[in-house]
Amino acid sequence: MDIIPRTNTIEEKQYLVRFRADTQSHLHVLDHDICATKCPDKLCTVFCPAEVYKWEGMRMAVGYEGCHECGSCRIGCPYQNIKWEYPKGGHGIVFRLA
Amino acid sequence: MSEKFDAIVVGAGPAGTSAAYTMAKAGLNVLVIERGEYPGAKNVMGGVLYRHQMEEMIPGFYKEAPVERPVVEQRFWFLGEESVFTGGYKGLEWAKEPYNNFTVLRAKFDQWYASKAVEQGALLINETVVTECIVEDGRVVGVRTDRPDGDVYADVVVLADGVNSLLAKSLGFHKEFKPDQVALAVMEVLNLPAEKIEDRFNLEPNQGATIEIFGDATKGVLGTGFIYTNKESINIGVGATLSGIIKHRLRPYDLLEYLKKHPIVRPLIRGGEPMEYAAHLIPEGGFHAMPKIVGNGVMVVGDAGQMVNSVHREGSNMAMTSGRLAAETIILAKEANDFSENMLDTYRVRLLDSFVGQDLKKYKDATHTFENYPQYFKEYIPMINKAASQFFTVDGVPKKEKQKKILKSLMERKSKLSMVQDIYRAWKVMK
Repeated sequence: MDIIPRTNTIEEKQYLVRFRADTQSHLHVLDHDICATKCPDKLCTVFCPAEVYKWEGMRMAVGYEGCHECGSCRIGCPYQNIKWEYPKGGHGIVFRLA
Repeated sequence: MSEKFDAIVVGAGPAGTSAAYTMAKAGLNVLVIERGEYPGAKNVMGGVLYRHQMEEMIPGFYKEAPVERPVVEQRFWFLGEESVFTGGYKGLEWAKEPYNNFTVLRAKFDQWYASKAVEQGALLINETVVTECIVEDGRVVGVRTDRPDGDVYADVVVLADGVNSLLAKSLGFHKEFKPDQVALAVMEVLNLPAEKIEDRFNLEPNQGATIEIFGDATKGVLGTGFIYTNKESINIGVGATLSGIIKHRLRPYDLLEYLKKHPIVRPLIRGGEPMEYAAHLIPEGGFHAMPKIVGNGVMVVGDAGQMVNSVHREGSNMAMTSGRLAAETIILAKEANDFSENMLDTYRVRLLDSFVGQDLKKYKDATHTFENYPQYFKEYIPMINKAASQFFTVDGVPKKEKQKKILKSLMERKSKLSMVQDIYRAWKVMK
């Protein structure tokens, strides 16, 4: 059960942010089988603050272009199944205010 | 880039820039490497910058730095679902020099601060990721970057690479952090005209207020919400331990939306136009989670060293002090031409001796305790709200009877003994 109501605001929020996406992902799911067979809750799809991770039935889609580079997925994945690096210099999120 | 520097600083946040500024001012040859488009492009903070530690770096900085408003009032909200029990302090001594703290927008502030280090002679290189420390014979002698021919050498490398500090981890200074050692915070900047801010928060122009929100802001999970006033915008955010967010299946952006729509919060931010959304981790493991911060030819400062006092929402000030102390030690090390761990350890000793170490020690068990005993956020805050409502509602019931009723309803939920235990436990970790 959700203890707070679901909203559809993450897309709107992400539109507020400037991203200079690299052509290559800085996030890698190491073993998609682990997500498929060992992780029924797919927790990263819930706690990632930018909804970077989306389960597509068979494999985990990683929308690295919208990543805030916070590091939560690396620390929070119960199977340490995410290889997490910084995007190439100058790429990735660009905060203008924060 | 084959030149050798006296020091390389990785990361141009408050810790790294303080280190670079101090060393450059003393005449050292300093390189600062920043992975963002500019300093601050990757940095997030709720928004309170403390005057004291910043002035130890640059006296009177607020006369030229891009600060938003000096904070004259700090409020604390114990939020129920449709109620709030409040406390706080407003003091007009904070409205004038020397001031206590300021709200800032980090992308602006960090750029300005880094430019001051550059004025002192530090060389700043943006858009460059340090991929690893170069280690020779058991000592760090430089860094490898993601630029072609990107190896750079120095006597000392200062790791100011933030909460994730992949570099300190790769040196074996700490293991991967656990979800209960970090807080995940999300925030939004909402544009609002200055007059509206001043009316709603009861402020004069060039005065600011902060509100820390406990309880329903995080649905009882260990964490806080916050509302800070900038010149013409409001920062509103919410953060909780990553472990709590995971356990309760919270979507951080939904939690932020819940707070923004909360009936007590809504009137304050009404009409605010969202300008930016930001997520970041805060190192909240405290003293127990501090990694090794000194090695041969290398030092760790700021968030990378888990230097955050989550109880008092202090972090950037600790970062600045740690950066400055590291730099002062490097200046001594340079005179002695000794960059061994033994020599650089002076930094660690001075840091632990300073308010940074003292405060981290004081609250060393706080996060852990409140995480393990969720009743403080989950039970007591709703109880306080209910008790206040009953006590202040005039309904013909005599006050003495009201007191009895309130106490009775408290006792129905908690035994006297468990309440005394809770109070003692909280006192022990906060004292």
